[in-house]
Amino acid sequence: MNLRRDVFQAIADPTRRAILFLVATQSMSAGTIAANFDTARPTVSRHLKILTECELLKPEQSGREVYYHLNPEKMKAIADFVEPFRKLWDDRFNKLESVMKAYERGL
Amino acid sequence: MEHKTKVRAEEGRQELFITREFDLPVELLFKAYAEADFVARWMGTKVLKLENKTHGSWQYETKDGEGKVVFRANGTIHEFIPNRKIVRTFEMEHAPFSVQLEFLEFKKLTDRTSMLSIHTVFRSVQHRDDMLKLPFAYGINMAHNRLEDIMAGRE
Repeated sequence: MNLRRDVFQAIADPTRRAILFLVATQSMSAGTIAANFDTARPTVSRHLKILTECELLKPEQSGREVYYHLNPEKMKAIADFVEPFRKLWDDRFNKLESVMKAYERGL
Repeated sequence: MEHKTKVRAEEGRQELFITREFDLPVELLFKAYAEADFVARWMGTKVLKLENKTHGSWQYETKDGEGKVVFRANGTIHEFIPNRKIVRTFEMEHAPFSVQLEFLEFKKLTDRTSMLSIHTVFRSVQHRDDMLKLPFAYGINMAHNRLEDIMAGRE
C-alpha cells in the first residue's frame, strides 16, 4: 500500500491550511501549534502527521520538543496549477475503471 | 512517483495532452465512452443526448441537490471508429470559454490493458490556461472559504 499522501488532499482541509499559515513565518513546537486551535490535541497531532507525511512540514527534534517548519520546495509544488486538473481527471478515470470492472463482473 | 494519468501542457501552446493506462480491455474502455448509461455513471452527469456517429451530437447536464443546473456541455461528433477513435467538439454552455476540439484515441496494450490518449485543441493559449486553472481555482476558493469560516468561528 502506498502511504504517500496527496499534497492537495492535505491542503484541502482548512485546519491543515491554518497550520501551514502558522508555521510559515517561524517553526513551532506541536504544543504551540495545538494551542492555536480549539481542536483536541490528538486531532492536531493527526493533522501534523499528515502534513509531515506529504512533506509539507519538516519535523526537527530540539531537546524534548519537536519543532515543525515549512518545506518550501513542497510548497512550490502546490504552485503547479496543472496538478488539480490532473487529479480531477485521474479521479474520473479511476471511477471509469471501477464502473467498467463492476460491469465486467456482471454487477 | 509515476502517475497513471498524465497531463502535458507545453508553455505557450494552445493544446493539451492527457494520457491514461487502464486495467481494462480496450473494448470496455471504449464502451465507457460509447454508451450513455456508462458515461452517466463515471462522469456523474446526466446524458441528455449521445449520438455516437459521424455528424452526431451530444449534450450532458449536471444538477446540484436542489435541481439547479450547475454544468451543461455539448458538442458534435466528427469521427467515431469503435475501439479506436472519437473526434468531437466540446463546449461548456453559459461559460466564457470557446469551443474546443478533442481527439480521443483508444489503444490495446494487452488483452487486459489499454491506453487512452486525449489531444485537445483550444482557441487560444489563454483559453487553454484558463481551462487548466479551473480545478485549481475552485480548490483554492473552497479551502479559502472554509479557512475563513474556521477563523470566524474562533472569534
